[in-house]
Amino acid sequence: MSERKDIALTINGADYEVSVDPRWTLADVIRDHCGQTGTHLGCEHGICGACTVLVDDVPMRSCLMFGVQADGKKIRTVEGLADGEEYHPLQKAFMENHALQCGYCTPGFLMLATGILEAEPDISDEDLNDVLSSNLCRCTGYANIVKAVRAARDEMKAAG
Amino acid sequence: MKPAAFEYHAPTTVDEAVALLAEHAPNDGRILAGGQSLVPTMAFRLARPTHLIDINNVGELGKISIEGETLRIGATVRHAQFHTPVCDGVLGQLLTDVVAHIAHYPIRQRGTFCGSVAHSDPASEWCMVSATLDATMVAQSSSGERLIPAAEFFETVMTTTLNEDELLREVRIPVLSDDTVYGFEEFNRRAGDFAISMTLVTYRLEGGKIADPHIGVGGAEDRPRRISEAEAVLTGQTPSDEIFRAAADAAAAAIDPMEDHATNAQYRRDLTATLVRRALEKAAL
Repeated sequence: MSERKDIALTINGADYEVSVDPRWTLADVIRDHCGQTGTHLGCEHGICGACTVLVDDVPMRSCLMFGVQADGKKIRTVEGLADGEEYHPLQKAFMENHALQCGYCTPGFLMLATGILEAEPDISDEDLNDVLSSNLCRCTGYANIVKAVRAARDEMKAAG
Repeated sequence: MKPAAFEYHAPTTVDEAVALLAEHAPNDGRILAGGQSLVPTMAFRLARPTHLIDINNVGELGKISIEGETLRIGATVRHAQFHTPVCDGVLGQLLTDVVAHIAHYPIRQRGTFCGSVAHSDPASEWCMVSATLDATMVAQSSSGERLIPAAEFFETVMTTTLNEDELLREVRIPVLSDDTVYGFEEFNRRAGDFAISMTLVTYRLEGGKIADPHIGVGGAEDRPRRISEAEAVLTGQTPSDEIFRAAADAAAAAIDPMEDHATNAQYRRDLTATLVRRALEKAAL
């Protein structure tokens, strides 16, 4: 065991103070020590993207950051997407376009898509394809994920 | 798997960082920059550093600037900063074209230019760019600063001439003149995957003849480098399909390709010839 470090972070607006072992990844801290298990871990080495969260509004692999590095950071996860009972446009678009089957990769895709659509609301179909190639889905064959994110982009733009 | 235990240090100045590195490097203490290569290696337990010195809180390392005729890239400048040109002119556009080939969007938000160069994967785009454009590496230790030309930096797979107590504080790339043309080509089997071979070529025209050609190859050999045999074919010649093919063939003949379970040497050689030819054609457009 190495020396624990005390960190403070927010997850979806809620404050957490955790005494972390430096070897714990951010994903471990979010799931095991803050109880937010919506973020999934697939490969744990940065390939699959299931653990993608927003760190200060930027999509990152939470398995490739240590929790200790998230001290003072604002984390957003899939639990923070819905507004009460009202789903986020991306969540609705995923349901309407059958963009998930088993759902394991879905939190990662949702956070990746949230990050890119907030940063680039007018992103082209081509650039969106490139960004969505960051994450892996073993069920859907991607066509419906791409369709859903494009639909959400258009709806979010229309809603201003 | 999860990384093995280590002690964590978070210095806020370069002096503090290199002092910690000097103290812990003999016991496999390492610098942690973006961590997009180091952390997976730790998850596989291929690396088990006992101390990590996290430089992400060292504000002065996040700077990118033009000083005179040189672009200076600090140790924590992320790949994503190159999504739009970091400087006016040819070099800024070249780096923006190349960055799209590096891993994926979320990785580019965290991974760093200098971290990639220090890690020295043969398939690293930034390593090849550094080698092709004759970058200078600024190595900082507690005893001072050392400048290392790119041609003397990359040794072999994931091995550089950086000493264990040295931090790669900055990479300096000479600004390209406005009349420089370039072409970048990379081949891999999946979006964002490691290059099987890639090339960057640059040259200028003087009186219609090719001047100062640079032809760099990465991903094919154990380290990226300029291929002088291919550059010699181009120097002083008028651009043409014939001369581009001759240079591409010279590059393919000069390299010592790596082999793996899916790719033999001949395949990498043929691929390299094709990529160099295409990059030269692109540069001439």
